[in-house]
Amino acid sequence: MNSLVEWVSQPWPWYVAGPIIGLMVPLHLILLNRTFGISSSFRHMCAACVPNNLDFLKYDWKAESWNLVFVVGVLLGSFLAAQYFASDAPIALSDAAVSRMHDLGIQDLSGQHPAELFAWNRLGEIPTLLMIVLGGFLVGFGTRYAGGCTSGHAIMGLSHFQLPSLVAVLGFFTGGLIMSWILLPLILH
Amino acid sequence: MKNIIALILGTLFGLILVKAEVLSWFRIQEMFAFQSFHMYGIIGSAVAVGALSVFLIRTFKVKSLEGNIIELADKAPRYKSAYLGGTLFGLGWAMTGACPGPMYALIGSGTTVMILAVIMGILGVLAYAALRDKLPH
Repeated sequence: MNSLVEWVSQPWPWYVAGPIIGLMVPLHLILLNRTFGISSSFRHMCAACVPNNLDFLKYDWKAESWNLVFVVGVLLGSFLAAQYFASDAPIALSDAAVSRMHDLGIQDLSGQHPAELFAWNRLGEIPTLLMIVLGGFLVGFGTRYAGGCTSGHAIMGLSHFQLPSLVAVLGFFTGGLIMSWILLPLILH
Repeated sequence: MKNIIALILGTLFGLILVKAEVLSWFRIQEMFAFQSFHMYGIIGSAVAVGALSVFLIRTFKVKSLEGNIIELADKAPRYKSAYLGGTLFGLGWAMTGACPGPMYALIGSGTTVMILAVIMGILGVLAYAALRDKLPH
């Protein structure tokens, strides 16, 4: 049992994690009779919580409440991973990525993300404010405008060769490259 | 029953997002700088397994637990919105270092400030819902 915990606690290589994520596609289709996609949960929560009179949010979100239960599962699984299967080792970034992070002024690479940026008490500072508040807003707006996120378009959509999904993924990288290469260095400096 | 299955699948997914470091801001920056194969390996092998599954499900006319033969609807052929929305999403993804799944996984694993990112994401949906008729699709 201990060796199993130890084994699970190591960082999982891509060739273990990727195929299991891929299995989310048939598991959703067969067990839930639904397509895999997570960003819809934002829409369901919006429809459920925000009083409004907008056509886009007038639908039976309760029929899709399984999607919100899936989110509860994600919270639970990530909590268990952090509590019981955590690894002490820092993320094994490539040397090139480590030196780029240092160039961006980020010294502490010990956690999942820059500890000095992702904290409640840093929200008063421009970089954190932009990354959390504007970043979160763009993710929500962009997924609904595009009709899906990394799971719904990149994994589910590409798995059944949907051209709009390929176009959306090209968009993901257009935005991601502009942010990572041009805007983020400006935000962090 | 559906809720129990969704809970189990979500739990597995949350575990993977943490253990494979998909929720890491560092990993996302590394991906957009093309400095490691890690994220490409994950997304690529996920799509390969997903595509093979869809092929088998269609070929053998597999039924869902609900008893119907599984049919996959095509995504609406809206290319402008796919590209423009995708670009806005990409800007946000590279900034927060998290798409929706990893946002939840960050909250679960202790980075509670991501609750604010999710709230902003919900407001982003609201803004889209309000502006929808004025946006090109």
